[in-house]
Amino acid sequence: MPIKGIKTMDSLVIAGRKFNSRLMVGTGKFSSNQAMQSAMEASGCEIVTVALRRVDINSPQDSMLQHINRERYLLLPNTSGARDAVEAVRLARLARAAGCEPWIKLEVTPDPYYLLPDPIETLKAAIILVKEGFNVLPYIPADPVLARHLEEAGTVTVMPLGAPIGTNRGMRTRDLIRIIIEQANVPVVVDAGLGAPSHVAEAMELGADAVLVNTALADTMNPALMAEAFKKGVEAGRMAYLAGLGPQRDKAQASSPLTGFLREE
Amino acid sequence: MNLQVNGKNYQSDTDLTLGQLFKQLDLSPERVVIELNQKILQTTDNLDTELREGDQLEIIQFVGGG
Repeated sequence: MPIKGIKTMDSLVIAGRKFNSRLMVGTGKFSSNQAMQSAMEASGCEIVTVALRRVDINSPQDSMLQHINRERYLLLPNTSGARDAVEAVRLARLARAAGCEPWIKLEVTPDPYYLLPDPIETLKAAIILVKEGFNVLPYIPADPVLARHLEEAGTVTVMPLGAPIGTNRGMRTRDLIRIIIEQANVPVVVDAGLGAPSHVAEAMELGADAVLVNTALADTMNPALMAEAFKKGVEAGRMAYLAGLGPQRDKAQASSPLTGFLREE
Repeated sequence: MNLQVNGKNYQSDTDLTLGQLFKQLDLSPERVVIELNQKILQTTDNLDTELREGDQLEIIQFVGGG
């Protein structure tokens, strides 16, 4: 039973918009649209990311948008594939022209091996897109100084990476993300590299406001079951953060009384 | 006429409007977004736009992504 006056779960607010779920889901790499839909449903997410690509004019595919209920999910287009600010801005404008709300997950990843975000081009693009009225959610290296610059530029979140995209390696940047959380005045969304419910729980325990996962759900035998596990991981981590974790100690501290033993002291 | 569509040469025996090109390509205009010579067009409002020799078109759609 929730105790009156004690907050057990709370809403996430981004750019003045309220969300009940703190788990965002990417729609890439699912084996089928049905697998994607069942994962979205089980995750309880309210924000889903999509990408923009050229149509293959030799074999046009059905639009994946028909498989996403736009009244239920906020569509968050990304600028994946952009190698510099100019390409990212172009993709963001195309997404808006395609009828999306002006929300954009800004990604600039010129490095094809680790897909690490380019901090300079990301900041340049953010400044332009904020001026054009976009709500900008930038994917960034876990760099507290950059996070500050982006926040000052007017981005509505910062999205530091836990580990490189698709690696499932967890909170490798934990100590830096902790600093970003400590300093940020906008929601901190840990994006990329989170591969297990324990990883998202760890991010949320640290005080992250939300997480974004894709590969971890898509690249499994049972995306819906995994999505439910991630949902629980996010909720567990958030509750623990709100409750306040106990301090860590070097030496043991007894949980049972240290008096009244069955011997003479 | 010759067009560049998504980076590739596209030949048509007759002059085309944007709407006619969509028909030839079997594409629904409401599902894509267009750049014509690097300028974004609201696709459904511009189906009567006449294409010209050498026009460069980018036809883009949403796909799954993280």
